[in-house]
Amino acid sequence: MNDVVDYEEAVAAFDPVLGIEVHVELGTRTKMFDGAPVAFGGEPNSRVTPVSLGLPGSLPKVNRAAVESAIRIGLALGCEIAESSRFARKNYFYPDMPKNFQTSQYDEPIARDGHLDVELADGTLFRVEIERAHMEEDAGKNTHVGGDAGRIHSAEYSLVDYNRAGVPLVEIVTRPITGAGARAPEVAAAYVQTLRDIFRVLDVSEARMERGNVRADVNVSLRPSPEAPLGTRTETKNVNSFRSIERAVQYEITRQAAVLLSGGTVVQETRHWHEETGETSPGRVKSDAEDYRYFPEPDLMPIVPDRAWIEELRARLPELPAARRRRLQAEWGFSDLEMRDAAGALDLIVETVAAGAAPAAARKWWTGELARVANSRGATLEELPVTPVQVAQLVALVDAGELTERLARQVLDGVLAGEGDPADVLATRGLRVVSDDGPLLAAIDDVIAANPDIVERIRAGRVQATGALVGSVMKATRGQADAGRVKELIASRLGV
Amino acid sequence: MSTLVGTTAAELARLLAAREVSSVEVTRAHLDRIAEVDGEIHAHLRTAAAEALAAAERVDAARSRGEGLPLLAGVPISVKDNVVTRGLETTAGSRILEGWIPPYDATVVTRLRAAGMPILGKTNLDEFAMGSSTEHSAFGPTRNPWDTGRIPGGSGGGSAAAVASLQAPLAIGSDTGGSIRQPGAVTGTVGVKPTYGGVSRYGLIALASSLDQIGPVARTVEDAALLHEVLAGHDPLDSTSLDAPVPSFSAAVRDADVAGMRIGVVRELGGEGYQEGVRASFETALGLLADAGAEIVEVSCPSFDYALAAYYLILPAEASSNLARFDGMRFGLRIEPSDGPVTAERVMAATRGAGFGDEVKRRIILGTHALSAGYFDAYYGSAQKVRTLIQRDFAAAFERADVLVSPTAPTTAFRFGEKLDDPLAMYLNDIATIPANLAGTPGMSLPSGVSEDGLPVGFQVLAPAHEDERMYRVSGVLERLLEERWGGRLLDVHGVNGGAR
Repeated sequence: MNDVVDYEEAVAAFDPVLGIEVHVELGTRTKMFDGAPVAFGGEPNSRVTPVSLGLPGSLPKVNRAAVESAIRIGLALGCEIAESSRFARKNYFYPDMPKNFQTSQYDEPIARDGHLDVELADGTLFRVEIERAHMEEDAGKNTHVGGDAGRIHSAEYSLVDYNRAGVPLVEIVTRPITGAGARAPEVAAAYVQTLRDIFRVLDVSEARMERGNVRADVNVSLRPSPEAPLGTRTETKNVNSFRSIERAVQYEITRQAAVLLSGGTVVQETRHWHEETGETSPGRVKSDAEDYRYFPEPDLMPIVPDRAWIEELRARLPELPAARRRRLQAEWGFSDLEMRDAAGALDLIVETVAAGAAPAAARKWWTGELARVANSRGATLEELPVTPVQVAQLVALVDAGELTERLARQVLDGVLAGEGDPADVLATRGLRVVSDDGPLLAAIDDVIAANPDIVERIRAGRVQATGALVGSVMKATRGQADAGRVKELIASRLGV
Repeated sequence: MSTLVGTTAAELARLLAAREVSSVEVTRAHLDRIAEVDGEIHAHLRTAAAEALAAAERVDAARSRGEGLPLLAGVPISVKDNVVTRGLETTAGSRILEGWIPPYDATVVTRLRAAGMPILGKTNLDEFAMGSSTEHSAFGPTRNPWDTGRIPGGSGGGSAAAVASLQAPLAIGSDTGGSIRQPGAVTGTVGVKPTYGGVSRYGLIALASSLDQIGPVARTVEDAALLHEVLAGHDPLDSTSLDAPVPSFSAAVRDADVAGMRIGVVRELGGEGYQEGVRASFETALGLLADAGAEIVEVSCPSFDYALAAYYLILPAEASSNLARFDGMRFGLRIEPSDGPVTAERVMAATRGAGFGDEVKRRIILGTHALSAGYFDAYYGSAQKVRTLIQRDFAAAFERADVLVSPTAPTTAFRFGEKLDDPLAMYLNDIATIPANLAGTPGMSLPSGVSEDGLPVGFQVLAPAHEDERMYRVSGVLERLLEERWGGRLLDVHGVNGGAR
C-alpha cells in the first residue's frame, strides 16, 4: 500500500471535512489568572508567581483585560456573548501544567455560534461556522536535553520553563467545515490567515505565527460523499504557518485516502506535522477513553459581563478586514481582480493614496515593480527601504511629466539604494526627461545615418520598423527622452 | 506555669496595652508552655521561637515608641499547618510536602503579621485536613488534653489541643466539613467557621475549594470574635472573597442579648445516634437560652439526611484535582522509581505513591471516579443538586428562626484507633457540621458542659450567610450563662491542665 495517493485522485474519491481549532495568545500585560507579566522570551522561570507555578495555597484571579479581548474576538466573529460563562478544570498530568489541570472553559464558553467569511484566491467567499470561542491558560514549555534532537523519548532529562504557563489564550473552534471539496487545504489556510488579520486589527495579540502567538490544530476526515456521515478524524497539532496548514491538510487528505482506498480504517489520533518532509506522523492515540474529568472551577466565580459593557465593546469594534476591503474597493474603483492583486499591499496602498497618489498608480507600483524587488530580495514589502510617501512622490513626478515610467524605475532603484527621496535621486543622478528637440534631433540623425537598411524598410512602408530606431535613440539618450516624441520626430525626419 | 498562660487574648491585649506585660514575656511564656507539655500533646508540628520572639520585640519596641497598635498586637498565635507561612516549613501534615518552605504568606498570615501577632508555630492536622481525629497526620496524632488516650478531633486537632492545653491563646483553623468546630467540641474550646468567602482562602492549601474556610480557634467567644475581626475582610487574591464591610463581632459578644430571638432546633441534627450525655448537655444549654428570653422553635431540614453522602462526593472530587499538583516536579517530596526508566510520569507516580497516606489516596480515588466520564452526572451532578436542596432547607429554616442550633458532634472524643479502620463511622462524626459547609453558611461551636463520661460537649450555632454576628450574640449569652452556672470556665473548672492555675 502506498502511504499517499495522488491528491486529485483523493478528492475525486472522497469529500474532505475539516475542523480547525485556533489558539491565540492574548497580548495582555499580565497572565490569565495572576499578575506575572506576559512577554516573549526572558530568563526561564523569571515570569512567574506562586499562582503561575501552582504552589500550594495559591488561587487564580481572572484578568479582566483578557475577558475583554475574548469578548471582542467573539463579537468580531459574530458570536453570541454568554450571559454567564464559567471556567472549568481540565484534569491531566503533565509536567508543563503546574497544577496538573488546565483552567479552561468547557460547557459554558464566553462566546458561541458565530461565523467567518473567508475570501479564497479566486475571490469567492467561503463561510466557516464558528462553534465557540473560549478562554483558557497556556502551559509552560518543556525542553528535552540530550539524546536525539530534543525528542522526549531519548532525552537524558527535561527542563520546564513556566514563563508561558498561565498566558491567556482564546481558542476558537469551528463547526465541521463541509463543502470545501478539493479546496479544503486552501480554505484551511485562508481561514487561519483571516483570523490572524482580525486578531491584529482588534489589537488583541501581536498574532505572530513564527512566535507561536497563533497556533492551529487541524482536524481532517474523509467521507465517500457529501451525503455520507462524517468519517474518522485525525487532529494534526500545532501547525504554525499558513503554508504548512495548507500542506498538512493536503497531506492528510492523500494519506487518509490511501488508507481508505486500500480497505483500511483511519485511526482517530493526534498527529504531528513535519515541516521538512511535508508529512504528518502519529502521536498519542486519542480516543473517547481519554477522560479529562472536567468540573466547574470552584476557585472562580462565573463571568457575568455587563450587557452595556458588551454593547460598548461592540460599538467600539474597529472596521474588520473584510468590510475594509469592500469599502476600499468601492472608494478606489478597483475590479475584483485588481483588488485581489492589491490584497498583500493593502495598508501600503492606503498610505500611498493618503500621500496623494492615484489608487491605480499606487497599486501598480506596490504590486508590480516593488513586489518584484521584494521577491528577489526575499523580503516583505514592508521591509523594503521605501516609504509610501516616497512612492507617492514618484507617482507625482511621473504625473507632472518630469519622469517617464522607465526613468521612474531608475529613480526607485536610487531610493531603494538609500540615495534619498525621488527628487534627490533625480538631481544627483541627473535624470531628466529630454524635451528639447535639439539634442534629440542630433541623436536621431546619428541613428538614421547608422541604420540605412532599416530606414529603407520604413520608407518602403514597414512603419513598425520605426521601433528599432526609437530604441536606439532612447539608448543613446540614456532613456531620458520621451519615446513618443522620438517616434514623431523620426517620422517627420523620414517624411513618412 | 506562668499566669500569662491561660489568660484570654482579650485580657492579654489589655495587659499589653497597659504595658503591664511585654509581648516578649507573653510569647516566651507560651513557648515555655509548649516545651513543657507538647511532648505529650503533640499539638505543634514545629515552633518558630526565634521568629516569634523577634516579632514580639518589634511590637514591644513600637509600643514603647508610643505607636498606635492593633488591638491584638503582641498576642501570640499558632497556625494550622495547611496555611502557608513564608520561610516557615508548611506540610499540611503530609510526607509529600515535608521540608517545603513556602516563598509567600497566606493572606491571613499577612494579616496576623500586620496585626503584630507573633506566630508561635504550626499545628498538627490530619493529612491535607482529611479526617476527624488527627490520626491521619503523617507525623503522628495529637492527644486530647482532657484524656491523652483520646483524639482531639480533626482535622484541626492540633490547633484545638494547643489552645485547650494553654500552649497558645489563639489559633488558626480551617473548616471543610467541621475541622474547626468538631475539634472545638471535643476539646472544650471555641471554634468558628465563618461565612464562605468571609475570610480569604489565599494561601490555604486547598482540600475542597468550595467548602474550605479559615476561621478562629479560641478559649472564649470574645477571643474568637477578636481574632475573626483580624482575619475577615475582602482579599482581591481570592475570587470567592466577599467584598463587604466587616462588622464588629466582639461588640456583638459584649452587647449580647437573646431576648426575643427565635432559636431553631434542627430536628435532623439530634436524636438517634447522638450520645446521651451530648443530648443532655445540649438540652441544658437550650434551657438557659429559653430562660434568657429566647423563643425555642423546632425546624426541619429533611435534605440534611443526604448531606454526608453529597459531601463525600464533592469533597473527594475537588480534592482529587486540588492534590494533583503534588507530583514531585516543582516542590516537596520527589521519589524516583527504584527500577525501570525515570520518566516524568513514573516519578509522579512513585512520588504520590510514597508521599500520600491511605486516607488521602482513598479520597483521591473516590474523587477521580466521581468525576469520570459516564459517572459525573450520577455522582458530582447529583451531589450538587443535594447541595442546592440543603441551601433551600437552610433558607426555609431561617424564615422561622434567627439562628439554628444543634450538638456540634454526635459523640464526645473517641479513643485512638476506635474508628480508624471504619471510615464511615469516622465520617459520621461530622454529620452535624457538614451542612453549613455545603450551604456556605457560618457556624460555631462552644462548650456546653461535660458528658457522663467527663468529656466536653460542643454546642453548635448556625446563622444565615453574612450574618456571622448573630451566632456571636447567641454564643456570647450562652457562654456567660454557662460560666455563671459552672462558676468559671469549663477548662479551669474541670482542671484539664492539672489545675495548676
